[in-house]
Amino acid sequence: MTRDIVTSDSSLAPSPDIVGGHTLSMFVNNKPGVLMRICQVFARRAYNLDSVVVSRGRDPQFSRLTLGISGDPAGLEQIIKQCNKLIDVIHCFEHDERESVTRELALVKVLIDPGDRAEVLQILEHFGAKTVDLGASSIIAMIYGNSEKVDAAVHLLSKFDIVETVRTGKVVMARGEAST
Amino acid sequence: MSTTNLDGAQALIKTLNDLGVEYIFGYSGGAALPIFDALETVSGNIKFVLSRHEQGACHMADGYARATGKPAVVLVTSGPGAGNTITGIMTAQMDSVPMIIITGQQVTWMLGKDAFQEADTFGLTMPVVKHNFLVRETNSLPRITKEAYHIATTGRPGPVLIDVPKDISQSEFTGDLDPDIDLPGYHPETAFEINADAVTRAAEIISHAKKPVILGGHGIMIARADDELMELATTLNCPVTTTLLGKGIFPETHELSLGMLGMHGTAYANKAMVECDLIINIGSRFDDRIIGQPEKFGALAKIIHVDIDPSEMNKMIHPDVEIIGDAKVVLQALNKQIAPLETSGWLANLDGYKQKFPLAYRKQGGLRMQQVLDELYQLTDGKAVVTTDVGQHQMWAAQFYKTNASFNWLSSGGAGTMGFGFPAAIGAQFARPNDIVVAVVGDGGYQMTLCELATAALHKLPVKVLVLNNHYLGMVRQWQELFFDNRESGVNLEGNPDFVKLAEAYGIKGFNIKRPADVGKVLQKALDYNDGPCVINAECVKTENVFPMIPAGAALEDMLVEPPKHKMAKPTGST
Ligand SMILES: Cc1ncc(C[n+]2csc(CCOP(=O)(O)OP(=O)(O)O)c2C)c(N)n1
Ligand SMILES: [Mg+2]
Repeated sequence: MTRDIVTSDSSLAPSPDIVGGHTLSMFVNNKPGVLMRICQVFARRAYNLDSVVVSRGRDPQFSRLTLGISGDPAGLEQIIKQCNKLIDVIHCFEHDERESVTRELALVKVLIDPGDRAEVLQILEHFGAKTVDLGASSIIAMIYGNSEKVDAAVHLLSKFDIVETVRTGKVVMARGEAST
Repeated sequence: MSTTNLDGAQALIKTLNDLGVEYIFGYSGGAALPIFDALETVSGNIKFVLSRHEQGACHMADGYARATGKPAVVLVTSGPGAGNTITGIMTAQMDSVPMIIITGQQVTWMLGKDAFQEADTFGLTMPVVKHNFLVRETNSLPRITKEAYHIATTGRPGPVLIDVPKDISQSEFTGDLDPDIDLPGYHPETAFEINADAVTRAAEIISHAKKPVILGGHGIMIARADDELMELATTLNCPVTTTLLGKGIFPETHELSLGMLGMHGTAYANKAMVECDLIINIGSRFDDRIIGQPEKFGALAKIIHVDIDPSEMNKMIHPDVEIIGDAKVVLQALNKQIAPLETSGWLANLDGYKQKFPLAYRKQGGLRMQQVLDELYQLTDGKAVVTTDVGQHQMWAAQFYKTNASFNWLSSGGAGTMGFGFPAAIGAQFARPNDIVVAVVGDGGYQMTLCELATAALHKLPVKVLVLNNHYLGMVRQWQELFFDNRESGVNLEGNPDFVKLAEAYGIKGFNIKRPADVGKVLQKALDYNDGPCVINAECVKTENVFPMIPAGAALEDMLVEPPKHKMAKPTGST
């Protein structure tokens, strides 16, 4: 029965409460304090970090960062240049939705009455989400995809009693031969 | 690696010596003990100067660097020692001055435990440095020291701090004393590869200009591109104005010079910026003190912006052509593509403004700072190295002490740090023992770092400290007079000491100037006195104001060339 409307990145409009929505990726030295330097660039210019994903690179000398940010778009060029200016930053790029893929994962805990369980499961199936914990009165769903898809799923689930959501924040990768 | 019989501290000092460091300015303390000891045990050419406050040590290193283009080192202890350097480091960072600061630190296993004199120096200084390091391995000290030197002195220069825990400095060193640096994210060499198309487009725009102005900044001095600037200006017949930090890159006595522009710049420089059809900005960051209101700046003009730092492009002003690169390389390329412009009408127009709005002052009704500075300029033939503090005296010094060569004008611009002038002069005098060095300071700022009188006296430095004493925090009083109905608040310096007696307490020669007629005579005596430092206290008119003035945030065309006749609204722009 699934009408899989959410397999491509752009099939759902972003939910209206998402502002900014710029995605930066950075390749940086894997050293103590690097994240602090980067955060100072943003905080000083009144930018908010919506999500931060850091992981060690394949070469452990370096780390990968994906930042979801919101703030005055006019200041973004300055932010990217200031990040690139940091000695510990190898490069910093902004990624365009069309030329990159972004994914994130969310865990959502919903309290459910037995009568609602079928509908919840149906919603999850529709979004290709997985049930990672199923109890008598609660369920933990794992939703993944682009941020809009995750937003949409969480939005539909919000008519039930969501008690907790934990999101990884988005990770990005440039399509084709471009580097991230 | 085999054992070198050195400890980390000795490896550090040896590396600094091999890098050619000549001076370390600093102040000792527990966490820095091994490093201070290494100063005694490692042979080399480094000279250590004990300041009387860590801020003073930073400004001395800063003055040394501004007077030579070469970096000096600051060495202090952890906690309060490191904390006292913050203002000095920030001052260097804001003005792109190379500096290496070495701070002692608690032992590694005590970090984060609030141990005695432990402070997060790495975190505290991060926003005010070009880069900083917390050393975690003794054997990395030579590499980190070389990296710090490289970062401080290349690209857009700046201060770099190395925090060295005591266990790291006193452990045995078993590493390589001359390792390669490893900075995969830092590529200052790209400043020498410039975009040829951008240069061609700039040359094309220049060829159509009828009313061009060159705006020269500190970047020209750092790149040592004064000759190329002269060639550009004289080939094009183009007037040149400079920023406060650019004073000296183009002789201010040259007929094409318009002097300094900006908030207290010359009327003709600011008029030129308003009326010109082309601004060629080389090595200036379009600071808020020179552009006034960004939306109105250069409204009639095309703008070419040359800067080594890509983040300066589009930060304040959107240029028509941006050229990222070293000023010297860019100017060499640009100079090959330009031809003389017909600017005689434009120059005549600007000459008219020079006649109509000259820098002038009154000699009646008391002694004015302007006169003291004017006579100092005449008596030294404009050849002194002049450092300034921050305030009215600084702006009048910029106006009346014309600067004809790079590295002769040392002033805290970006940070506007009171207390800078005197210690900076000490650093400059160490760097250039045979030049006349004059610290032009206000009675306010001088008192912030005058403990360094001991340092100057001890080394018998012939620094001349010219205290322009108006018994006020004059620049702030000026703003209160103009914008706050003359309500004085927190600006009266009653309680000032007798500066001549104070100097004498340090064994330093002191002079007083009280009357306009005495200026030349006393200054000459001070200039002839070279047995050590001297202090000249000039008792000046208390409530004089600096003009021209562009109220903060106002457009350049709204410049006041004389005291306003009507009440002024509070400025809305930058502070
Ligand atoms: C460390 C510091 N504190 C405060 C200020 C703000 N400030 C700028 S100019 C000035 C007055 C300076 O007075 P003085 O040194 O006597 O010089 P004058 O303006 O009287 O020539 C003050 C307080 C500053 N620039 N630096
Ligand atoms: Mg004063």
